[in-house]
Amino acid sequence: MQYWDPRIEEMPVEDLRKTQYKLLKSLVCRLYSFSSFYHDRMKEQKVHPDDIKKLSDIRKLPFMFKRDLRDNYPNRIFTASQEELVRYHVSSGTTGKPTVVGYTQRDLDLWTTSLARGLTSFGLGRGDVIQVSYGYGLFTGGLGMHYGAERIGATVLPTSVGNTERQLELMQDLDVTAIACTPSYLLHIGEVAEKMGIDIKKDTRLRTGILGAEPWTENMRARIENWLGIKAYDIYGTSELSGPMFTECSEQNGFHIWSDIAYVEIVDPKTGEPLDTGEKGELTITMLQKEALPMIRYRIGDVSSIEDEVCPCGRTSPRIKRIQGRVDDMLIIRGINVFPSQVEYTLMSIPEIGEHFQIVVERSGALDDMLVRVELTKESFSDKINDLMRIRQNVEHRLRNTLNVAVDVELVEPGSLPRFEGKSKKVIDKRVL
Amino acid sequence: MDRKKYVIKQISIFSENRPGRLASVAHALGEERINILAFSIAEASGFGVIRALVDHPEKAFEKLSSLGFNVAFTEVIAVQMKDQPGGLYEIAKILGDAGINIEYSYAYSGKKAAVLILRVDQVEEAIDKVLASGATLLEYSVFH
Repeated sequence: MQYWDPRIEEMPVEDLRKTQYKLLKSLVCRLYSFSSFYHDRMKEQKVHPDDIKKLSDIRKLPFMFKRDLRDNYPNRIFTASQEELVRYHVSSGTTGKPTVVGYTQRDLDLWTTSLARGLTSFGLGRGDVIQVSYGYGLFTGGLGMHYGAERIGATVLPTSVGNTERQLELMQDLDVTAIACTPSYLLHIGEVAEKMGIDIKKDTRLRTGILGAEPWTENMRARIENWLGIKAYDIYGTSELSGPMFTECSEQNGFHIWSDIAYVEIVDPKTGEPLDTGEKGELTITMLQKEALPMIRYRIGDVSSIEDEVCPCGRTSPRIKRIQGRVDDMLIIRGINVFPSQVEYTLMSIPEIGEHFQIVVERSGALDDMLVRVELTKESFSDKINDLMRIRQNVEHRLRNTLNVAVDVELVEPGSLPRFEGKSKKVIDKRVL
Repeated sequence: MDRKKYVIKQISIFSENRPGRLASVAHALGEERINILAFSIAEASGFGVIRALVDHPEKAFEKLSSLGFNVAFTEVIAVQMKDQPGGLYEIAKILGDAGINIEYSYAYSGKKAAVLILRVDQVEEAIDKVLASGATLLEYSVFH
């Protein structure tokens, strides 16, 4: 059994809790003194750092939501100055404004450490070549995995996404042993390999998949493992927490949420009441050591449950179960988070089309396809096909810019999309995972 | 010269590319006893535009609009062609030589002669050139 950080990973649960309490207490004191945002929030909630006397007192603290980041765009709740920041990542917000996350060097180190522990638990290390096929750039996936893989001494092949034939060629030529990407992209790679006459089992040294950024199932895991002859591990994270950072271990049964890095709660999404161990609810995480953008009781919106029995792998940090859905209407398209509200916001600024829309998500082959159906207004109807094509392309372009994911647009007749009273059901998700 | 009498009101209808859309347009026009004299469908991916010359364009416009269709009027001209080899060439050459671009066109072979419906970028120029060449333009009264 290999550990990256045996002292922390095997630390008795009680000691971990003591560590967490100390970290929480100093975090709360720091924020109360130095952040007007957290100070005001705590005042509103009538809670003072002195009220935090034990770990469970965390329940007295106010929640944070994604909207807090949007409302304070781009950096108003950062608790580090620009001089202290070494990186930004940007993800899509729920409406027009994206979410910006800043990192100090220490924030990056913690993120990287968290991944180093996970990758080590998969048995990866210096002898490995890890192909990082998550997107590099504003998205956290590529750079996050990159530094995690370098930290354990593996050799990184930073292919990013796309150009699958070339990815396969390099995978063979450079003896890649592990790949980090979305599970659907790995399935796509498998399909392309078959077409090229490459048998991943025999013709490559690939043995490990580090798969995340989108929901998948045990069925998909079994399919990937049997078909490609690899071990497929799930990885979890979101940019607000840093990026992809919590992984399964060799047991493949839940993500270890390192206790020195994060405190995890499951709450009732309606009332915010904390739920008992094992109960299903909204994943809520407090990042205990983040400097630039602390997240306190952050309601992520993902549905999961906590497993706090010590894992057979020997690691003592609690685990959360595979993500079982969302409490809101967020979609994940090719690893990118998409909110229907973003689509609505974008469409509202395009005069040629009406206010109603419908999103249809399908999986063609292994990859997600997102179609947005919009109604052409009477005023903008032109007899010329070219004009109509231009309108459609403009809508596609605008949506792509906001969502960071390619979208097909279909122009439909006015009045033809279903109208709903109250909370509308504007998404048809036909994917079977 | 009164060029206006040669300008014909075509109706254009936006249609999703799915079964039954043409049938509902045709049914609506039939119900109103509107006769379709010529028509064509232009298709793009996912949608199309139905273009038609009808005997009562205003009535057709109202009826289809009331059913929720996106309808527009478009000005076209109709040129009589010789219903024999080379007939289309004659007309196309006149416009080509004059630098007039045909955006789209469709044709029907009528009782007396073949007719070419043209949507061009310069309507008045086209009318002048066609008439000057000696070819026959149909007046809108032939249709409406």
